[in-house]
Amino acid sequence: MTFLLESETADAHGSGGGLDPMHQFLISPAFEGFEFPTVFGIDLTITNAAYYMIITTLVIILGLILMTGRGAMVPTRSQSIAELLYGFVADMIRGIMGEEGMKFFPYIFALFTFILVANLLGLLPGAYTFTSQIIVTFALAMISFTLVLITGFAKNGLGFLQLFAPKGLPFMMYFLIIPIEVISFISRPFSLAIRLFANMMAGHVLLKLFGGFVIMLSGLGLVGIVGAIMPLAVATAVTALELMVAFLQAYVFAVLTCIYLNDALHPSH
Amino acid sequence: MINLFDSAWTFIQEESHGTSHDEPAHGVAEHAAEAAHASGGLPQLDMATWPGQLFWLAVTFTVLFIFLWRMILPKIGMAIENRRDRIADDLDAAATLKLQSDESAAEYERLLTEARSKAHAMAMDNRTAVESEVAAEAADADEEIAKRQEAAEKRISEMRTAALANVRDIAIETTEAIVSELTGTKADSKAVAAAVDANGTGS
Repeated sequence: MTFLLESETADAHGSGGGLDPMHQFLISPAFEGFEFPTVFGIDLTITNAAYYMIITTLVIILGLILMTGRGAMVPTRSQSIAELLYGFVADMIRGIMGEEGMKFFPYIFALFTFILVANLLGLLPGAYTFTSQIIVTFALAMISFTLVLITGFAKNGLGFLQLFAPKGLPFMMYFLIIPIEVISFISRPFSLAIRLFANMMAGHVLLKLFGGFVIMLSGLGLVGIVGAIMPLAVATAVTALELMVAFLQAYVFAVLTCIYLNDALHPSH
Repeated sequence: MINLFDSAWTFIQEESHGTSHDEPAHGVAEHAAEAAHASGGLPQLDMATWPGQLFWLAVTFTVLFIFLWRMILPKIGMAIENRRDRIADDLDAAATLKLQSDESAAEYERLLTEARSKAHAMAMDNRTAVESEVAAEAADADEEIAKRQEAAEKRISEMRTAALANVRDIAIETTEAIVSELTGTKADSKAVAAAVDANGTGS
């Protein structure tokens, strides 16, 4: 990959710095020339990631407010879309947790739309995908995990620990099963976080690589332009695939959170 | 790729030995660029950027959650709920109206049959009444006719008797006249009467 580093060719993704496919994940200030304070050791600079978190939030809030309108009896087209989204998440929760799970509806809806819009916005040229930041996905996963723990213990007390000891096994099996269950439980937030982070990162690296090939080859004259057709086709296909992945990963994150919350509601399998 | 993760690993190790923790005031940008360029590792593993990202994530996600929870989702839910209620109400109203119309139709049918049977009964009553009236009048007429007939017959027989009596007188007078014409003498009226009675008893 060394030949791709810091080349002089134009940049496909607009985030500066040549064709290094990792460069697009770099955190940098979104507004040059503004000084942001550092409070309690936290640098409050609005970085490119923070900038897109704010944009994502605004897009969801303003978008849904505009789409919903006055909440008319006969819905407009955009209101139908908002209601479709509402129904989609509500059905997902009811399907997994039943009516009881609807108390988590605002959280699941926020989680799903936040990840979905972040993923989709990240696919725009020049945009930053903050769901490709492991710390962000891990933080979101930890919110879900903490919510599972709180719900589990608040609802079942110590009975929540039944989750680790399925009923009806031979006594000796518990020495084996309980550690396995505990480990699988603890690994949940990590799998949630890494699945989303790795998917988004891999997709964007692929896009960057093939986009880079196109630019590099087309810089070589006519032969290069002909040769660039193939990577361009691949980049296009990967973009389509990434659109699906963007939705799928948001959905998977939300569904798994629902499944884990269902465990918290009903720990005795 | 392997190369990449190797460098990421060395980067983490460098990081944990910690130059960056001692100098947090270091700008995000310079630090990140430095770290990434120096090690060539995953920029995501640059821990100096983590607190800022977590801060902004907390802010934005909290704002999003509160807006959705308190404002947007209740509104959408309310719109859906209202529509569902409205449709259910309308269906109920339609069912009620249908029931009512069914009842009205049944009532109408019932009234119709009732009226029909009443009319039939009335017609029957009328007919019998008329028939009996007609019969009574016919009987009256018959009686009257019989009465008149009787009276007429009586008068006829009286007249006949009277006529018959007149016939004797006329015969006597005629005989007297004939006798006086023939003989030129006045006939004895008693003898003539006797002769008439003797010859013409009855008619």
